[in-house]
Amino acid sequence: MKIRAQIAMVLNLDKCIGCHTCSVTCKNVWTSREGMEYAWFNNVETKPGIGYPKDWENQARWKGGWKRNRNGSIQPRIGGKWRVLANIFANPDLPEIDDYYEPFTFDYPHLQQAPEQPAVPTARPRSLVSGERMEKIEWGPNWEEILGGEFAKRSQDYNFDGVQKDIYGQFENTFMMYLPRLCEHCLNPACVASCPSGAIYKREEDGIVLIDQDKCRGWRMCVSGCPYKKIYYNWSSGKSEKCIFCYPRIEAGQPTVCSETCVGRIRYLGVVLYDADRIADAASRPDERDLYQAQLDIFLDPKDPAIIAEAERQGIPHAWLEAAKASPIWKMAMEWKVAFPLHPEYRTLPMVWYVPPLSPITSAAAAGKIGLDGEMPDVKSLRIPMRYLANLLTAGDERPVALALERMLAMRAFMRAKTIDGVIDEVIAKQVGLTPAQIDEMYQIMAIANYEDRFVIPTAHRELGADAFDIRGSCGFTFGNGCSGGENEVNLFGAPRKAKNPMEMA
Amino acid sequence: MQTLNSIVFGWYPYLCLTVFLFGSLVRFDREQYTWRSGSSQLLRRRQLMWGSNLFHVGILFIFFGHFVGLLTPIWVFDMLGVSHSFKQMLAIVAGGGAGLMCLIGIALLAHRRLYDPRIRANSSFGDTAILLILFAQLLLGLATIPVSLGHLDGHEMVKFMGWAQGILTLQPGIAASILDVSPVFKAHLVLGMTIFLLFPFTRLVHIWSAPVWYLGRRGYQVVRSRPNGTLQAAE
Repeated sequence: MKIRAQIAMVLNLDKCIGCHTCSVTCKNVWTSREGMEYAWFNNVETKPGIGYPKDWENQARWKGGWKRNRNGSIQPRIGGKWRVLANIFANPDLPEIDDYYEPFTFDYPHLQQAPEQPAVPTARPRSLVSGERMEKIEWGPNWEEILGGEFAKRSQDYNFDGVQKDIYGQFENTFMMYLPRLCEHCLNPACVASCPSGAIYKREEDGIVLIDQDKCRGWRMCVSGCPYKKIYYNWSSGKSEKCIFCYPRIEAGQPTVCSETCVGRIRYLGVVLYDADRIADAASRPDERDLYQAQLDIFLDPKDPAIIAEAERQGIPHAWLEAAKASPIWKMAMEWKVAFPLHPEYRTLPMVWYVPPLSPITSAAAAGKIGLDGEMPDVKSLRIPMRYLANLLTAGDERPVALALERMLAMRAFMRAKTIDGVIDEVIAKQVGLTPAQIDEMYQIMAIANYEDRFVIPTAHRELGADAFDIRGSCGFTFGNGCSGGENEVNLFGAPRKAKNPMEMA
Repeated sequence: MQTLNSIVFGWYPYLCLTVFLFGSLVRFDREQYTWRSGSSQLLRRRQLMWGSNLFHVGILFIFFGHFVGLLTPIWVFDMLGVSHSFKQMLAIVAGGGAGLMCLIGIALLAHRRLYDPRIRANSSFGDTAILLILFAQLLLGLATIPVSLGHLDGHEMVKFMGWAQGILTLQPGIAASILDVSPVFKAHLVLGMTIFLLFPFTRLVHIWSAPVWYLGRRGYQVVRSRPNGTLQAAE
């Protein structure tokens, strides 16, 4: 048993209001640079929709993730090592920037500088890639916001697989939900596997997956390898970049920027212990529907004394084991089983999980005609089809999703009975296989969601990561060799250039 | 004339090789962030799929053809019973074929780089210049074929082998051995050496990073381990 710890995330979609604060704060901090305007380490999609980049979930088209061979082994869907190298000159599975969107700005100065004219001056769009006029913006970040566009296009959504989707195009039956997405910091990352340079690595101490910007050579196989399309090729620097899980903040015990700024308090961060020796086994289950359970099975119980002893023997810091015991992730994923991985069928064992959203009960059920199951409405009568959520979160298995939704409904009914009627309704709790104490805790963590309950992040032990002694006295983070940016105004020795040529005067 | 010849074919090669090696080393050591292939596929896929594949496969074939053809000692061929005229024919046919392949590819790439607004706006002077220089070098190389057809016995080719091996084995005065070859060859040689000279200052440095060791990676995963932060293949 090889015990590793990872900082994992859960997003409670039931509380996401789609405000994009996470996306905007993330962009302001990390990707407001040339070459990365089109890239959103965090974006919020309205579902159903084809998403960003277009159709990203369609792996028959983009070839992301892993595929299981007949002999039981797995390999990246883009191909084994020989095939990756054979495609290195021109990658057939790489999205074009138009699949994300062509980044643009507007001619704002024209508003101030236009001469006197009969019509009010306008700021027309201009491409940030070519600098040329864009007559019409055809696509942008979050183009499908709140069901924008016609149903025929949005319904290309891959998660409609197995759903009679036509009726959801009708206004009375329509449904929507928000899906904030970021790098999954997978246990079995396909980007790492497909990087020919070995520039992408997973950090053993906290599970964060990073691209070494010095070692990346721009072969861009990771962009194809990642099924979530969360690696972005910086067209200006020629290097790939990805969500860094705000590792400088995580190391200091602070939540990521997206989590910190989430106004809906939907994000949770905490430690999960897992058995790294069983990753390959878990990722190569024959039946895709077993992958969710397989991933649960390799998580290790932080309250089990045997696990604690072994983890300490293997050098996991005590503070991390303490944090693991209080981890909200563990509670939601393992104890209450209300959080699920996004598309486990990609076999990457993602570590950013989602609590499925409740949705309004269809009008017939609300009128008491159908589907009332005791105190609680039948989850099958919720507006978002169960199969749709299952396609998103459990490779199509509806039972775990239904149980999670039932538990969330039960929590509401239980707390309503408790606070309004002053009754502890043990029947409700029992119906969904929980105890009243568990529901109380669930309410505390998921509904009240205090800051310290959401974010249980032990500080990094710097001595366990990269050797910090080597970076003493360095110039910090730059897009160059540390002290020079490669193409900036400092000389070979890091000092600013005072003169442009040796004979320059004044 | 002899002086010029010995400067260009006796001294200039060493200047180019020194800058090529030392420049690559300095850039790798100081500016690894700039060390990349510089792919523009994300911005425009059109013309790149055919262009880049034809260009790269063609030029790799040509590169290894030159490498083996010029630097293998002549006695190896003699020992193997490969006649000079046969080797000359092989160079013309195989090199010409790969050259045509490369020509189609580089024509597509050059057209894309010069006329596609996205690519043009994001090409540095170096990107465009090195592409056009390679284009010119390829045309010069193909232009040597008619000249070579004039002496199929291979004696001119042997001169170049002697020269290239003489340069690498530090033989003074070796430049004199190619004093009387056709100007097309000389132009091809000068431009070829110049490409080595420019190499460290352009995107060509990505050639050093051809990721062949990927094939030898044990398993697929890379993990930066505790406690010392070394990278290791896992799984």
